[in-house]
Amino acid sequence: MRPLAHRLTALLTTSALVLAACSHPDAAGSSAHARTFVVATAGEPDTLNPILGFGTDGASLIFDGLVARDATNTLVPALAAQLPTVSPDGKTITVPLRPGVAFHDGSPLTSADVVFTYRSVLDPSVDSTLRSDLDMIDRVEAPDATTVTFTLKYAYAPFLQRLVLGIVPAAALQGQDVNTAAFNRQPIGTGPYRLTSWTPGDRLVLAANTAYYGGAPANDTVVVAFVGDDNVRAQRARAGEFDAVELAPKLASGFGDVAGYAVHRVPTADYRGVMLPMGAPVTGDLAVRRALNTAVDRAAMVTGVLGGAGEPAFGPVPPGSAYAEPSVVGTAGGDVAAAARELDAAGWTAGADGVRAKGGQRAAFILMYPAADSLRKELALAVVADAEKVGVEVTPEGLTWDAIRPRMKDDALIMGYGTPYDPDFVSYKLFGGQFAGQGYFNPGSYRNAAVDRALQDGRDHADPAARKAAYAVFQQQLAADPPWVFLTYLQHTYVVRDTVNGVTPRVEAHEHDVANSLWWNIASWTRR
Amino acid sequence: MIWRVVRRRLAVAVPVLAATSAGMFALGAASPVDPAEQYAGAAAFTTSPEVLAQIRANWGVDDPLPVQYARWAGNLLRGDLGWSTSRHEPVADVIAARAGWTLLLIGVTLAVVLAVSLLAGTLAAYRRGGLLDRGLRAGAYAVESMPVFWLALAAIAVFALGLGWFPAGGLTTVTATGVSAGDVAHHLVLPVTVLAISQAPWFLLFVRDSVAQSLRDDHVLAARARGLPGRVVLFGHALRTALLPFLTLIGTHLPELVGGSVLVETVFSLPGLGAVSVQAALGSDFPLLAAITLITTAVVLAANLATDLAYTAADPRVRIDG
Repeated sequence: MRPLAHRLTALLTTSALVLAACSHPDAAGSSAHARTFVVATAGEPDTLNPILGFGTDGASLIFDGLVARDATNTLVPALAAQLPTVSPDGKTITVPLRPGVAFHDGSPLTSADVVFTYRSVLDPSVDSTLRSDLDMIDRVEAPDATTVTFTLKYAYAPFLQRLVLGIVPAAALQGQDVNTAAFNRQPIGTGPYRLTSWTPGDRLVLAANTAYYGGAPANDTVVVAFVGDDNVRAQRARAGEFDAVELAPKLASGFGDVAGYAVHRVPTADYRGVMLPMGAPVTGDLAVRRALNTAVDRAAMVTGVLGGAGEPAFGPVPPGSAYAEPSVVGTAGGDVAAAARELDAAGWTAGADGVRAKGGQRAAFILMYPAADSLRKELALAVVADAEKVGVEVTPEGLTWDAIRPRMKDDALIMGYGTPYDPDFVSYKLFGGQFAGQGYFNPGSYRNAAVDRALQDGRDHADPAARKAAYAVFQQQLAADPPWVFLTYLQHTYVVRDTVNGVTPRVEAHEHDVANSLWWNIASWTRR
Repeated sequence: MIWRVVRRRLAVAVPVLAATSAGMFALGAASPVDPAEQYAGAAAFTTSPEVLAQIRANWGVDDPLPVQYARWAGNLLRGDLGWSTSRHEPVADVIAARAGWTLLLIGVTLAVVLAVSLLAGTLAAYRRGGLLDRGLRAGAYAVESMPVFWLALAAIAVFALGLGWFPAGGLTTVTATGVSAGDVAHHLVLPVTVLAISQAPWFLLFVRDSVAQSLRDDHVLAARARGLPGRVVLFGHALRTALLPFLTLIGTHLPELVGGSVLVETVFSLPGLGAVSVQAALGSDFPLLAAITLITTAVVLAANLATDLAYTAADPRVRIDG
């Protein structure tokens, strides 16, 4: 049967030839390439509809909010003609719209679009997680085509910060089920880029919106590649596929000596810490909480666990914030002796096994962490080692979130939060007594009347000086009666080709993917 | 006769598919994962419990399991596969957009595996104990002990980063404006090769053993005795008889190939069904999981049927009664 063997040989030879023919390296550097930027991230959005949570913090490339944030995270008008005005009682916000703005399909932006966007978020039949952030809104109305008014249930000082949400065209969604509309995959916005294509699991291709109200972008095309695995993303970056890529700190530092690339470490307001349940005998004890805050070696965590990409955290307000209280500082390297003195003074005395005890209660507790998060695991292990130095026995336990959730009132947990935009965000619910034990809001049931009052003052008063004073009290109270052991602020690390001009890092929030990453201003990026 | 077999197999397939999908729903119900929390992602930590409860109510995922299953099965009969809660689009769209790439990966890989293992296995059997035989066997055992994702990462390190011959991942060049066959082929070389190498040992060793065995069969000895050339005896007589059980092996190994493709798709960032299956499983996305399970079951049943039919066609002595 000679022909079979021949056919097989021929087949193999042909495939080898095909493979060889395919293996020519990509020709780079043509003029089209020069006006295209490729960025890569792990975070692929589930939807491109702002109503359902795309680009909650603005800078979503496809959409604009009524307001936007500049390089210093200061609010500037976007679709609003000027910063919205707030009535003296703080409950009515009037927004004049910028004239002459059009959506990507050419239809003009009117107040009806803004009203539709916000009403959809508030509609219970719409599966939007943003509803909890906007629960202060009572009504949103359009008195005329170019004005929008928000009426709030109560005065809410940082309300303008919530207006960065992207505005969708009402005509494209009206009468449809927002949850399932085709719009969620083929969005139409007013932003600097319009969608060319989205291949889920692969990439998003955006084309410059030459009619953008802020001027046409300086480039033609932006490709956002979605590569979920950190190592794979680093390997593809090494192969030269990306102009900018988000990488874990240790993988990014590997690019420090790669010619043609620069590593950017971007500060964030995203902190990690140990949530201490107040109802448990050891973690609820004030002396133990204070001693742990004194004992942990945050500097070692920053260098050892974060590869240098972080800063010590002593509270939930990041050091770069205008609201940061300078008196709240600690020793970054940890002060074991001071912590031991504090425990001694409170009657926690060392037992035979080196673990302290008080009134028959051993100073021991379980520290949970989400098992899939290697960063939180390493932080947990560092806390275990530091606590041991002061005679507190901490047992780390890696679990899934569904196993963690029911145990949060009894066992400590490595948690992470943080947003740079306003100290009211997150902290109000995370440390407010009225939210004790409500899901992930204040899971440790922390209750401190002075903290509650300060958080309420910060939200009620529009005057910046009054707010600053309220949050100073808030931070001092947290330091005196700590609800958490605050550990570190993270830095997001990016590797960027050094021929890219215009990269302007700004303090980032926890969430950063297509929207609100280092490429928030990619419309002004050019190539050298 | 063939149609009777097909009909009988279909009659068996329906209860099997129903049992598989019901089992999948039962497993899902036992999972403690909250789909609304998965849907919210990082926002789950800043979303109030009431809003999450409202979303669950909108989806009806808190309904009793039989109610959810009946609703799903009813929609299925009307041709509606349901709504994927993890991907936020109709299940049919998720599958339509991705199944093609997975099928392409698996199909090309299977063809390569078959060609290589038949040729190499037969040659190894012909010179049993020879250099080729010993080398292939050692290689096969070595590869069998390597996890496929490790092979994939190693292949990327050598052929994409070291030599720069092939791209490190993706389906097309990241700046490509469309999907061209050449570009896709170039991107599929490494994934296909890695998946083929990881799957080939079983087939290769099997072909080698059964060809070696049939080389001692009477009809092969008779062919030799008649003075036919070695190559004709090897491929025309020995391999031919050895091929029959090989068909069964392909049928039974298809699920393993599908499993390997999930890992390969993940490492090479290919937008196939693999990544969404993982996401669906992690996010308790019953409708998508059920659809993927159903499709996989159907493919395996179909492959088994095709194997059996091929078997009867290839060997007249074999009779199947369905």
